[in-house]
Amino acid sequence: MGLSAITVLGAARPGVVAEVTSVFTRYGANIEDSAMTLLGGHVAMMLLVSGRVPPASAFPGMTVTAAEAGRGHGCEQPGLGYVLTVHGPDRPGIVSAVSGALTAAGGVITGMTTRLCGSLYVMIADVRLPPEADVAEVMRRLAAAGAGLGCEITFRPAEAEVL
Amino acid sequence: MFGTAQLLGVLASGVSRQLIGAPHPVLTTRALPVDPADPGVVAAAADLLATMRRSHRCMGLTAPQIGLGWRLLSVDVSRHPRTRSCAGEFVMANPRLVSASRWERAREGCLSVPGITGDVSRATRITVRGEHPGSGAPVTLHADAFEARCIQHQLDHLDGVLFLDHVTGTRSVHQGARERCDR
Repeated sequence: MGLSAITVLGAARPGVVAEVTSVFTRYGANIEDSAMTLLGGHVAMMLLVSGRVPPASAFPGMTVTAAEAGRGHGCEQPGLGYVLTVHGPDRPGIVSAVSGALTAAGGVITGMTTRLCGSLYVMIADVRLPPEADVAEVMRRLAAAGAGLGCEITFRPAEAEVL
Repeated sequence: MFGTAQLLGVLASGVSRQLIGAPHPVLTTRALPVDPADPGVVAAAADLLATMRRSHRCMGLTAPQIGLGWRLLSVDVSRHPRTRSCAGEFVMANPRLVSASRWERAREGCLSVPGITGDVSRATRITVRGEHPGSGAPVTLHADAFEARCIQHQLDHLDGVLFLDHVTGTRSVHQGARERCDR
């Protein structure tokens, strides 16, 4: 069955998730992976959906995009998991500088949240590093990036808790 | 050295201070040990208590959060529904964690980081040692549950660490109350 990547963006209001998901149900589509968050006053949903994709007109008042998504791209990145925290004064280029330092070490960001709280910018990222990565070198690169941005950076192993 | 009555009077006469919000260097710098008998330290302890009492949501505070890079914390979890052990309202100088066990993850926030909360894993049973401001007498405190979490959050502040530095991943960050600090 085909897989589609769908984004839904609209004003946050009570019942919006039920409203959106009921459209997929009505069209016989199955929501597989999904993520939803509130960004400012907006609700943002990203969904991988199998089956018949509803037309954008089925979501009145929402901005909807859909694209075909292939299967088998792998749901597990190889390597070891880490959590990165960056916080400091808001300024342009924080995510770019920090993600660049990770990419240079072969790291992959598998999830990211950023928040602006007043003048405080916060970035939390789930990161996977290849097994052969020099973690000390990664931390030196991150520390250098943080110093250049006036930000505090912590980089620590992710808790596994698989029992 | 303060007499007991004099000390109680000083601790009751603190002044509520401006609360420092992140980003600020004093919140990311390791605080310095203090002389618990120093009158300035006792006055700061009184101010911590007065500042903590000002907000009904404030159950713990540290000197860095009122702009002082000193190892002083205050705690009062008596109004929190998840409280088990409860030492009441107290202030401690030069506190240090001497034992910790039974980690659990829970959501916490901070008045110095308004608008965001995060899931943090912390010990639910701890022992802390420090000194009483004024007399300098050694203090040992055993705490569990929410009081243990609150004390560890404050100990982090004294090391220049925010709860954001401990969140367990991107899905562990949440919107929180936007009760503003003063700056």
